[in-house]
Amino acid sequence: MTELAHIRNFSIVAHIDHGKSTLADRLIQLTGTVAERDMKDQLLDAMDIERERGITIKANTVRIDYPARDGHTYVLNLIDTPGHVDFSYEVSRSMQAVEGSLLVVDASQGVEAQTLANVYTAIEADHEIIPVLNKVDLPAADTERVKAQIEDVIGIDASDAIEISAKSGLGIPDVLEAIVNRLPPPQGERDAPLKAMLVDSWYDTYLGVVVLIRVMDGVIRKGDRIRMMQTGAIHNIDKLAVLKPAMLDTPELGPGEIGIFTASIKQVRDTRVGDTITHEKKPCDKPLPGFKPSVPVVFCGLFPVDTNDFEALRTAIEKLALNDASFSYEMETSAALGFGFRCGFLGLLHLEVIRDRLEREYGIDLITTAPSVVYHIHMKDGTVLELHNPADMPDMVNVAHVEEPRIKATILVPDDFLGDVLKLCQDRRGIQLSLTVAGARAMVEYDLPLNEVVFDFYDRLKSVTKGYASFDYEITGYREDNLVKMQILVNDEPVDALAMMVHRDRAESRGRQMCEKLKELIPRHMFKIPIQAAIGGRVVARETLSAMRKDVTAKCYGGDVSRKKKLLDKQKAGKKKMRQFGKVEIPQAAFINALKMDE
Amino acid sequence: MNALLQANGAAEGDWREAGFGLYLHWPFCAAKCPYCDFNSHVSGNVDQARWRAAYRREITRAAELTEGRILGSVYFGGGTPSLMAPELVADILETVRRSWRCTNDLEVTLEANPGSVEAGRFRGYRAAGVNRVSIGVQALNDADLARLGRLHSVAEARAALDLAIETFERVSFDLIYARQGQDEAAWRRELDEALAIGTDHLSLYQLTIEPGTAFGARHAAGGLRGLPDDDTAAALYEVTQSLCAAAGRPAYEVSNHAAPGAESRHNLIYWNCGDYAGIGPGAHGRLTDDHGRRPTTAEPAPQRWLELVESNGSAMAFDRPLPAREQAEEYLMMSLRLRDGVDTARFERLAGAPLDPSAIARLEDLGLVETAPGRLTCTQHGRLLLNAVLRELLAD
Ligand SMILES: Nc1nc2c(ncn2[C@@H]2O[C@H](COP(=O)(O)OP(=O)(O)OP(=O)(O)O)[C@@H](O)[C@H]2O)c(=O)[nH]1
Ligand SMILES: C[S@@+](CC[C@H](N)C(=O)[O-])C[C@H]1O[C@@H](n2cnc3c(N)ncnc32)[C@H](O)[C@@H]1O
Ligand code: SF4
Ligand SMILES: [Mg+2]
Repeated sequence: MTELAHIRNFSIVAHIDHGKSTLADRLIQLTGTVAERDMKDQLLDAMDIERERGITIKANTVRIDYPARDGHTYVLNLIDTPGHVDFSYEVSRSMQAVEGSLLVVDASQGVEAQTLANVYTAIEADHEIIPVLNKVDLPAADTERVKAQIEDVIGIDASDAIEISAKSGLGIPDVLEAIVNRLPPPQGERDAPLKAMLVDSWYDTYLGVVVLIRVMDGVIRKGDRIRMMQTGAIHNIDKLAVLKPAMLDTPELGPGEIGIFTASIKQVRDTRVGDTITHEKKPCDKPLPGFKPSVPVVFCGLFPVDTNDFEALRTAIEKLALNDASFSYEMETSAALGFGFRCGFLGLLHLEVIRDRLEREYGIDLITTAPSVVYHIHMKDGTVLELHNPADMPDMVNVAHVEEPRIKATILVPDDFLGDVLKLCQDRRGIQLSLTVAGARAMVEYDLPLNEVVFDFYDRLKSVTKGYASFDYEITGYREDNLVKMQILVNDEPVDALAMMVHRDRAESRGRQMCEKLKELIPRHMFKIPIQAAIGGRVVARETLSAMRKDVTAKCYGGDVSRKKKLLDKQKAGKKKMRQFGKVEIPQAAFINALKMDE
Repeated sequence: MNALLQANGAAEGDWREAGFGLYLHWPFCAAKCPYCDFNSHVSGNVDQARWRAAYRREITRAAELTEGRILGSVYFGGGTPSLMAPELVADILETVRRSWRCTNDLEVTLEANPGSVEAGRFRGYRAAGVNRVSIGVQALNDADLARLGRLHSVAEARAALDLAIETFERVSFDLIYARQGQDEAAWRRELDEALAIGTDHLSLYQLTIEPGTAFGARHAAGGLRGLPDDDTAAALYEVTQSLCAAAGRPAYEVSNHAAPGAESRHNLIYWNCGDYAGIGPGAHGRLTDDHGRRPTTAEPAPQRWLELVESNGSAMAFDRPLPAREQAEEYLMMSLRLRDGVDTARFERLAGAPLDPSAIARLEDLGLVETAPGRLTCTQHGRLLLNAVLRELLAD
């Protein structure tokens, strides 16, 4: 139990890779929170996939005791957040639990799209913001330029930004002092009825569901009977702890404090982030406003390569979903691919992460179908359908109109590349909203269809700007457009898993691209194969994959028999990585790669 | 009796369908060719007496394991067997004759490189009992020979061929085609010249880029430009078929052409899935005994092979017997290379089940195979797609 005046709660926010997790490492290390021998780089990025990709996916909390220069020891609760746009939901809800933010900016790169996005979220959350210029050890660091940028582009005072190197440890003591001196302490009433915010929850193999809370008012103790105000569920607190970052049991948590409890909760789905926790008896009168739930925006089909793996896939998906409420799934059957699941994700990185985990942790080879967004299909009879899968598109004669999700995209880019970025956005049916140039950097905002961005927009953006652009987006709403379903026919048979929604005006060019791509991706067969794109019954593009002419081993004698047989076995195994459509075999990778546009 | 037992039982004497031969591997060459992935090594000093002793021991052991068999062919392959001293070849052949009963018309082939030094040994080989040579000519123009890393010139190759034709009863030579920059017209001219040399047997291989070779590395790095694409290679193959057939030496196997009766009997053992003993570093064999048909392998590194034979008495190891299904697969894989194709009854005996009639029907529709009572053969078009045909027939 700590006095409010000696608590500081803050999140560390930044554009991807600007050094949040590394800064967290230094804060943990300098305060001796973790024994030196247990330290490792990006300590909080504990998931395999985080360590492998060097990124943060889940926000992480640590409690630090800091003896400040004023003689008092402060409790600092730090939340390290992910930088990638797919996980911006993690950032915004983390911010609800704290009073301030360290805004980390890479001094060699300057303000980027997620820097901006995060600042706006922090301002909305009424945060005190401390700008921190990181990586000043790099020769390319230009602190003056970046400070000017922070002031010009973001519009916050950067005169007392702290210059640090999270890598070398330079400036870290100043960060700790600034946290104590510049961030406000939390507020709350110890004697008021319990009011705590459910910030996050996750599944632990040993403990079951672990719930992260921030106490606003009152005190929570081990053994208490609590009520979740939104779900109405009642639980007994089995365990109460703070995260250092290992769990350290504590008898109680009071106002301003952050910690975890367990209460024999079975599924992460039984908890709702943003929910208000209070005592069953003597509840608080008004719940907290709660968070907007995260909604999946990108959908795709996941099918086992080996149809026998369907049950294994079901089990794996259920297990993953236990721990990730932002990921949704429903069973799907495809004429071409058999049984699988249509899954919803926060974005493409989220999709990749889940797919990776399914393949690696559960050893299931997957076919991923074209990612799609959710369309609103307005039927002539007045009903509205949510279309998650283009293959399910109803007959156009019954459809009044189709709406698609739109986003507001913010792109920051050195002005040398501005022309390429504008062209890319224009090609993707974008409508320019604003364009500002500050120094040598431009910021553009575009209204874009989500569907044009979901797949490879980010890759394209990176490649046309040599990696110098940054990108952020938020969904703004739905709008009607001339959208149609395009079918792909291989050897005259429609392949449902390749069906997609396209804008009518671009159907021909998109169809041509798809056919050309598939022609490269499908291996030649013993016969020639027509590949067509069609809208309704009308073919809009066509290619022909010519028949294979040669596939024979020139030399095969006694010594070659075993080797040759192994080769044949390998080819036969390779065939298993293909799906049979009528007489044609399509490699699994083709389903995704067919969509990549090299413009 | 169930089908599998029946198949196993039938498999026991299966080798008799194609006879019995001996392969001897000589692992040394004067230089390593950049395309070659054979077990060949360049070595300054080879103690031929030590090798002679080792071959003797290994031959004696193989003969003990195949007692009662009648040997129909011996093949000296490499490497470059024409680097062997004629005395060594003579000694080996004496050991062979002492160890097995041989057919009256025992075929004894030796692979020879056309360098002048080797040509000088031809008479010695003849005296030792070699009655057929296969000469690695590879190309009939000096620029391409140089690109293939060959040490000989066209003139030397022609001289070696003349001498060989004079010396041996049977002469064959090898060419590698579908080379960099080789178009149809150029190959036609070269093949015409080759056919005019008049041997009754030719091996014509399309250049294969093998991983682990110098060409493999160059190709992977984007080098070796101008190699014909599959369509061009297919056209070159078709030219080869028609020119050779017109010249009376039609293809009897994917890459082998002969006047009727001049086929390589030894190689036919492989393609017909007979038994063969494999002796020498890295040599493979297939031997049938009471346990079934067993693949044999040998230590590939020459020095270690020698040491193994000297210390253990043998460097040959037996694998587990081939399951009936695999024997059947091998048979199909090898025999479909031949003009005469597969004996479907024999396949069925081995596999315990016939070939999939629907797969055959599909392939027939596509013009890739032809059927006759008891036989299935590839058409010329099908032979070029043999791997795809096999995948179709062996799909499970
Ligand atoms: N030179 C230098 N490199 C740094 C510094 N701080 C972080 N880095 C490096 O920058 C990279 C990204 O650091 P992280 O701490 O993982 O960045 P992050 O902001 O947590 O990234 P996300 O969580 O993926 O958004 C790593 O390779 C760090 O080693 C610094 O002060 N100097
Ligand atoms: C055992 S090899 C070599 C025999 C002998 N040492 C020589 O080089 O003349 C037998 C034949 O295989 C052929 N050959 C070897 N490597 C090849 C490749 N990568 N592609 C096509 N043919 C090849 C050559 O024609 C060669 O003559
Ligand atoms: S092609 Fe013949 S000479 Fe050349 S390395 Fe191979 S075996 Fe030796
Ligand atoms: Mg991080």
